[in-house]
Amino acid sequence: MFDEKTLADARQGLKEWEAEVIKIAPDLAAKKRLSTISDLLVNPIYTPEDIRDIDFERDIGYPGSFPFTRGCQATGYRGRVWTFRMFSGLGTAEDTNWRWHQLLKEGETGLSTAFDFPTLMGYDSDSPKARAEVGKCGVAIDTLADFEILTKDIPLHEVTTSMTINPPASVLWAMYLVAAEKQGVGCDRVGGTIQNDMLKEFIAQKTFMCPPEPSIRLISDTIEFGTKNVPRWNTISISGYHIREAGATAVQELAFTLADGIAYIQDVIERKKIDVDAFAPRLSFFFDSHMDFFEEIAKFRAARRMWAKIMRERFQAKNPRSWWLRFHTQTAGCSLTHQQPYNNIVRTATEALAAVLGGTQSLHTNSFDEEYALPTEFAATIALRTQQILAEETGVVNTIDPLAGSYFVESLTSRIEDEAWKYIKQIDDMGGMLAAIDRGFPQREIANAAYRFKQQVDNQEKVVVGVNKYLAEEETPIEILKIDEEVEAEQVKRLKEVKRTRDSRMVSQALCNLRDACRSEANVMPCVIEAVRAYATEQEICDIYREVFGEYRDPGFF
Amino acid sequence: MTFTVRSSGSTATPGSSDSGTTMEPERKLRVLVAKPGLDGHDRGARVIARGFRDAGYEVIYTGVHQTPEQVVSAAIQEDVDLIGLSCLSGAHLHLFSEVVRQLRAAGADDITVIGGGIIPEEDIPRLKEAGIKQVFLPGTPIAEIIDWTRKNMPSDSPSLSTA
Repeated sequence: MFDEKTLADARQGLKEWEAEVIKIAPDLAAKKRLSTISDLLVNPIYTPEDIRDIDFERDIGYPGSFPFTRGCQATGYRGRVWTFRMFSGLGTAEDTNWRWHQLLKEGETGLSTAFDFPTLMGYDSDSPKARAEVGKCGVAIDTLADFEILTKDIPLHEVTTSMTINPPASVLWAMYLVAAEKQGVGCDRVGGTIQNDMLKEFIAQKTFMCPPEPSIRLISDTIEFGTKNVPRWNTISISGYHIREAGATAVQELAFTLADGIAYIQDVIERKKIDVDAFAPRLSFFFDSHMDFFEEIAKFRAARRMWAKIMRERFQAKNPRSWWLRFHTQTAGCSLTHQQPYNNIVRTATEALAAVLGGTQSLHTNSFDEEYALPTEFAATIALRTQQILAEETGVVNTIDPLAGSYFVESLTSRIEDEAWKYIKQIDDMGGMLAAIDRGFPQREIANAAYRFKQQVDNQEKVVVGVNKYLAEEETPIEILKIDEEVEAEQVKRLKEVKRTRDSRMVSQALCNLRDACRSEANVMPCVIEAVRAYATEQEICDIYREVFGEYRDPGFF
Repeated sequence: MTFTVRSSGSTATPGSSDSGTTMEPERKLRVLVAKPGLDGHDRGARVIARGFRDAGYEVIYTGVHQTPEQVVSAAIQEDVDLIGLSCLSGAHLHLFSEVVRQLRAAGADDITVIGGGIIPEEDIPRLKEAGIKQVFLPGTPIAEIIDWTRKNMPSDSPSLSTA
């Protein structure tokens, strides 16, 4: 981007600046290494020299144009502000439906469902494994009956819904489709996202049910079904969020997520023989926004640029929409502190700003009390207001990718990209992400990074305010949301009632058909929809998966 | 059947520091790190497991999604002295208490149980009443947990520390 004279001047200028710094602040010049939260070393100053290899047209360019460093949409946030999508779910379907209506009334623009652990793991509320977990970390869903209550009076033709659901993604998606159909909204009109990303579960989040191979097959089934029948649905949200939360660095988050994406695309192409351009535009992504402000912005920019190259060069996609990396962001849950919880509001705002400057399409902001429990309505409203303040008061939406051209940000973007390519190459050399997971490679890389960070915090090399510096003599207690223990009993009662009143022959037939589909190469989705419509429970369906595909056991790396 | 991964510290020497006697080498204190329940948030559990290992303990980690029965059976099978439970889903009162209850029922109440995770302060007295010896909240330095173990585990023997 610069001619030789500018570069030579920059080198000379930097030398002079360094000499000056040594003179006026010898201590500062000798200061210990400074690094990002992911431990990438950073310099005190960046100059044209640091981005000498960057070509404006090739590497930065314009929003809406390859390689999309500056954004997928040509119009940025001027065309449309990101979706305010608050991850929300608690107690029973009634409780969550009420919270959803509140959030929509307060200006939320998209829904996002948090399910409780039994639902996430494919167990009904009356399973012994569900004891004390029902409705605790999200909403409890056992059958379509719960789902109908969950979506009551929510206009499913207008609002899009994201569902954080993985092993039983096909089941909850089927419930959504049938609930929408009962509202008169057909498959061609509903919009939303299922997370449906199992590779990151084996790598990081550990919500798993069946082994990796059949898990991938179920995902390819949903992608195929969506491509043919539910055109406005994102059938997967390839997620770095949980990888990061498990302790990964920014580079690992980016690299492992893109490597997961590569594995999914390969499987759909090979198993389903679908043209990449037919399904790739509906792939979506989900990243973490952590505390290191510039590192996060650089990560988001690098992610778009890398994915565009992967899609165009590796998979030969022709449709520009296949080149787009569209992503949702959540501020970093793991950056929230138990200590002095109100400080979390500031952390979340900073992380949200990084996500916005990185060009996210959709955003969840954590509530300050989420280190304790699910958020109270008060805390959730502040989190939503944080997004509204950023969107409507700060002016950051007016100019697209405003940090482009910054010596530091461009240099960091390229650096993160280079480091992430190295990981992707390593994973390719192992035979792809499935083989890498089998070896425990990403799991161990993350465990190492998590342990290193913990040591850095314990020895105060990294500061966490209120935890290892500026400790409060006494903590001020905050109000915490409690899930009524009655929820479990209520939920079990409703489940019994559904089982009593449904046509059990229809259920058995549907489950039989599903078993056959699982054993064949047929797409399971039509059978799952049939089972859900007959009010088969989530666990009844998942038990078929477990029976046919087996269960995965945590190898317990540490 | 529980899948276990075992790993022992490489830096510590088992046995007391007054070597040269005919004393039998002391047995390393054995720690089971376990995640009962359905939540998969194992970052803390894995970090603690490694912290114990680096401090010279014999560590067994049984992975996520363990039932209380599985935790107890692994603890007995592996003859551990200490169990560290981790739960971030809010089901700690039930799960932790159930582990202690089943240990007692199995006559293994000599095993000390400690816990950590997302645990409201007001639940700590109830957990202690149920037999959980100590509860560590988010942000606790590893050294603090190791120190607690040294002070409270009578047969604690690792002689080299990370501190």
